[in-house]
Amino acid sequence: MITRRKLLMLLPAAAFAWEYVLAGTPELAPGYNRNEHWWGMLLDISKCIGCGNCVRACATENNVPEGYFRTWVERYQVADWHQETPQVDSPNGGKNGFPPGTAVGGKNFFVPKMCNHCVDSPCTQVCPVGATLHTPDGVVLVDEKYCLGCRYCIQACPYGCRFLNPTKRTAEKCSLCYHRITKGLTTACCESCPTGARQLADLKNPSDPIHEFLRTHSVQVLKPHLATGAKAFYYDLDGSVR
Amino acid sequence: MNRIKDAEHLFRLAAAFAVGLALFLLLRAYFVPKSFGQYGHYRGDALAELSSKPMSYAGHQSCEDCHGDVLQVKKAGKHAGVNCEACHGALAKHAEDPASVVPQLPDTAVLCARCHEENIAKPKAFPQVVSAQHSGGAVCKTCHQPHSPLLQPGGKQS
Amino acid sequence: MPVQGFMYPNEIELQWSVLIVVYPFVTGLVAGAFILASLERIFHVGAVKPTYRLALLTALSFLLVAPLPLQLHLGHPERSLEMYLTPHTSSPMAMFGFVYLWYLMAVILLEIWLEYRREIVLFSQSTVGWRRLLYRALTLGSSNISEASLRVDDRVGWVVTLIGIPSAFLLHGYVGFIFGTVKANPWWSSPLMPVVFIFSAMVSGIAIVLLVYMAMMKIRHEPIDMRCVDTVAQYLLYTFIIDFALEMLDLIHRISVADESFRSLDFLLHTRLFFSQVVLQIALGTVVPILVIGFIQIFHVPEKVRRLAYAVCGCLTVIGIFAMRWNVVIGGQLFSKSFLGYTTYKLDLISREGELVAAALLILPFLILAVLVKILPPFAEREAASGD
Repeated sequence: MITRRKLLMLLPAAAFAWEYVLAGTPELAPGYNRNEHWWGMLLDISKCIGCGNCVRACATENNVPEGYFRTWVERYQVADWHQETPQVDSPNGGKNGFPPGTAVGGKNFFVPKMCNHCVDSPCTQVCPVGATLHTPDGVVLVDEKYCLGCRYCIQACPYGCRFLNPTKRTAEKCSLCYHRITKGLTTACCESCPTGARQLADLKNPSDPIHEFLRTHSVQVLKPHLATGAKAFYYDLDGSVR
Repeated sequence: MNRIKDAEHLFRLAAAFAVGLALFLLLRAYFVPKSFGQYGHYRGDALAELSSKPMSYAGHQSCEDCHGDVLQVKKAGKHAGVNCEACHGALAKHAEDPASVVPQLPDTAVLCARCHEENIAKPKAFPQVVSAQHSGGAVCKTCHQPHSPLLQPGGKQS
Repeated sequence: MPVQGFMYPNEIELQWSVLIVVYPFVTGLVAGAFILASLERIFHVGAVKPTYRLALLTALSFLLVAPLPLQLHLGHPERSLEMYLTPHTSSPMAMFGFVYLWYLMAVILLEIWLEYRREIVLFSQSTVGWRRLLYRALTLGSSNISEASLRVDDRVGWVVTLIGIPSAFLLHGYVGFIFGTVKANPWWSSPLMPVVFIFSAMVSGIAIVLLVYMAMMKIRHEPIDMRCVDTVAQYLLYTFIIDFALEMLDLIHRISVADESFRSLDFLLHTRLFFSQVVLQIALGTVVPILVIGFIQIFHVPEKVRRLAYAVCGCLTVIGIFAMRWNVVIGGQLFSKSFLGYTTYKLDLISREGELVAAALLILPFLILAVLVKILPPFAEREAASGD
């Protein structure tokens, strides 16, 4: 609940942030120290309704070309106990929502996917020139001015979150809206998620409520056996999810 | 002495290699970007470039600073956790200069269904309807106020 | 619908095209041809000497073409120098740039130069016009071809060849390593990958030199040295047996372990990859040559039939190894990393990464070889005798 008091306290901070939305050019919000943050994301499966807002918002915010996805939503239908053979679909990445679907007699749920901003990312490891990088605040980014377009990183990503931008001819992927989070805002996908299924997490901030959630609830990452150090944490994730 | 004379061609070859190596080192000094290696094996300048891309979404704080009246209604209702741009779209330009961009009101017939049309994979507790059966063709706005959508018992707007 | 089942949305389009099939194929031929050349130099298998110079020139022709499919594939080929300027040492692809450069400069070019230096100096004195300039440049200004200096060349050449053998393994093993270390892809991720690549490279390299030698002799209307081709075919057989054993080991291991990727790979083998893997690579490309050449070792087969058999087996081998590269590169991208679906590879005819370009890249080394044999004749004695 936002009380009037809290709002008054937030106003100066908002003014600051607003100024940077307007100005556009300065590098960071004042006082943003890269070493004081360690970014991750919480994806709550129990809250995702597959509306596709996140996919559309990301595409708008980051000029993602049609047919390619920095984030997408998958729908899983697991019949009975058959964990190894789920029925999965993702029509246009979930960008326009999902058709109603037919019952298969089991679990049905949506899974938003994105770059996991892995601590030990295989993509950064294989980049031959240093065009994909780890920022000091834990975000994996692509330097599109340096990328050769060799696509090795796209092959190396176990999660399928990378693609080659057809016009820029460089590798591209979710940037965790680096241009927003360094200014005190949240990512476009989190901003537009109506249910709070997607929430940005600052893993270096002890008073971040999402960080607190990760400390107190059972969460999972995708493909843990590959030891990528993924920082996209899933709550209420079923074992059938790949 | 003779040995050197007989291997003279190899010394020439070594010299050619040395010239090649020197050329390579010169190229390296010239072409490698100055900020490379600042934070790691990448161009340090990239961080600044990637931090300063333009934004399309203003963020709900910007909206609430001007539209406090809507905020009052919204925060008391079921859509308290739904940010403004989730329905109204990306409006950073409007927040920057309100007069320059006048946002279009979303069409509730399309907008509401995105979240609330019944789907097998949506959480059971999430409010969802089969719109054809639910409203018999009437658009959602006919009965529901989007900023505080829950109807009181009896069908009256809250 | 090109997609069967479910694929992550970004996986539907293949990332690495037929050009990335051509590339390991070409570097494999380089490594294999060089190993054949080293058989004579280091292991004193005198019978294959007629193919020595030809093998070196073949290796060089293919080595010069090797970077081209990569350049055509890159999104920004103008930035490719970055791999040498700021190589990321954890990336097999970056380190490969240096392995390639090492192999080109310190092994192939050096060995060819040392082998041909006498002729280069002689030609620099006996030819005229642009040829004279070319040969003079190649002499690096030294015209010393005394017995002593040639002995120095021979000894240094021996060392170069000795270093060249592990370098050749490194050259093509590295390509295998580029695939083998991608833990995201279970079709590629295997410590066997570099080893399988090396041995299949050797097989293809030996086969191509065999074919080129037989073709050259036919063009020059000269008799084929049967002792030579018989021995080359024998080495082809030995290498094939090791290669086949390795590939079968990989296959049997996968079937036995049957991890999460197995169903996907099994499906591919029975459908999209059936022709290229089971028919072309295994049956026609490996089993048939092994049986035929094996038969020739046991039973007497007349010369003419042997020559035909070697020609056919050589062609089948080369096609089979190309199919192997296809199955690894393209095959590895046909299934989803979710193991729930499959896509198809759309190979265009006319595009930067299409069929025509791939075919051109495979023909180009032979054109280069045709030029090289004119400048650096592999069968020196006859050339010198007949004059220029």
